[in-house]
Amino acid sequence: MELNLNKHISGQFNEELEQIRNDVLKMGGLVEQQLTNALNAVNNSDQALAKRVLETDYLINRMEVQIDQECTRIIAKRQPAASDLRLVLAIVKTITDLERIGDEAERIAKVALESFNKTQQEFLVSMDNMGRKAIHMLNQVLDAFARMDVDAAFEVHKSDKILDKEYEAITRQLMTYMMEDPRSIPKVMDVFWSVRSLERIGDRCQNISEYVIYFVKGTDVRHTSEKDIQNNVLS
Amino acid sequence: MISVAPDMSNKTSSVIDLNNLRDEQIALRIKELDLYYAEKQALENITMNIPKGQVTAFIGPSGCGKSTLLRCINRMNDLVDTCRIEGEILLHNQNIYDKSVDVASLRRAVGMVFQRPNPFPKTIYENVVYGLRLQGIKDRRILDEVVERSLRNAALWNEVKDRLHDSALGLSGGQQQRLVIARAIAIEPEVLLLDEPTSALDPISTLTIEELITELKDKYTVVIVTHNMQQAARVSDQTAFMYMGQLIEHADTNTLFTTPKMKKTEDYITGRYG
Repeated sequence: MELNLNKHISGQFNEELEQIRNDVLKMGGLVEQQLTNALNAVNNSDQALAKRVLETDYLINRMEVQIDQECTRIIAKRQPAASDLRLVLAIVKTITDLERIGDEAERIAKVALESFNKTQQEFLVSMDNMGRKAIHMLNQVLDAFARMDVDAAFEVHKSDKILDKEYEAITRQLMTYMMEDPRSIPKVMDVFWSVRSLERIGDRCQNISEYVIYFVKGTDVRHTSEKDIQNNVLS
Repeated sequence: MISVAPDMSNKTSSVIDLNNLRDEQIALRIKELDLYYAEKQALENITMNIPKGQVTAFIGPSGCGKSTLLRCINRMNDLVDTCRIEGEILLHNQNIYDKSVDVASLRRAVGMVFQRPNPFPKTIYENVVYGLRLQGIKDRRILDEVVERSLRNAALWNEVKDRLHDSALGLSGGQQQRLVIARAIAIEPEVLLLDEPTSALDPISTLTIEELITELKDKYTVVIVTHNMQQAARVSDQTAFMYMGQLIEHADTNTLFTTPKMKKTEDYITGRYG
């Protein structure tokens, strides 16, 4: 969908909307970087990188607060309507989810600070696999947001299932480890929480895809089945 | 345990389906209305139903025909020599442009309030009872009752009850506008037309009038023309967007201001140039 942000009679308003949109994209890029670093840190047992992830999270938090404030100012000063209003609302919601994805990345990075023995290293491999899928999903949804591409958003929405399946499979695998070797439980739980974080990241990407659909189509598709979205909103 | 989901529906506005109005829900039907000022066509093929007991707002850029359309509803355009009208406006299934219609009685049923408050240079009391006196009502008790009721309904009673016999011209602009509304509703019209009723008022008086409008719809059908889009969004149940003499979109206000269907509407309400 054409954003047409530069078509307002008020040039100042054009700039304000363009600015918050750019800020969201910047924040999204930062979150993507954090998640990638967190997973690389785990994969390579790179403690320095993990620490950097932990130290950088405050930037994401700060951006969330700043963008929120800017949106509040726009609502108060400009009283946006129709697509402008939907854009501001979609942004307010998107940044909340992005901030939480940042928190999940932080949680994952903490795993890299633990040491794992050789058998325990095996858990990390399947986690890394799932992590790549989560990064891809985040990348795709940010791309859909940047272009306000409703079809791309819907593809992301559907792809959350893949992550959910992977989560189930890894959970089963981890339970087997725990049953076989109860002494491994503390370490396995660390991995389990990270896998859980990845699953949550998928859900949050799915949320963002819903805001994109809301912005473009004007219909709130939260808590709506895929089939209903396809039949009632997109067609 | 909560067995029933809480009712979150918006109780402040009674949403009705504009496309499926029952006869008794309609106050006015406008049918294929064309209006010309000499050669220039100012309204093109306007067809819409104005629902009863609701506030309908007409919005659109200057010169789009919204005031012209409003003035058609009580035949104010009759005063313009070059004005020619085709089509119908039905009130109680009677075309108000029919030759048999008496304009004075039409205007009793369809009252109008203008942009600038225009009280008569008389007392507050006499302003309110003016219409009744024209009807020949002299009974002091009835007149007193109407004055109190109208001023109360116009949210002015408390401010003027001790000085009813002072000149209306001593009131502030906002009070004068409420007095004019009191004068309009004193004769119990069915429809109240408001042509930019707050554009000459300060923000606080504006809010008072807006509050008044939402109360008036319990008893009257209100049609308001406003340049202030936020005002239309605040006070109206239905909004009609007009552009260059055409009705572009007529929808319930919540929908029109969040998800308009037509691009022209979207551009106008978001402040974009087309």
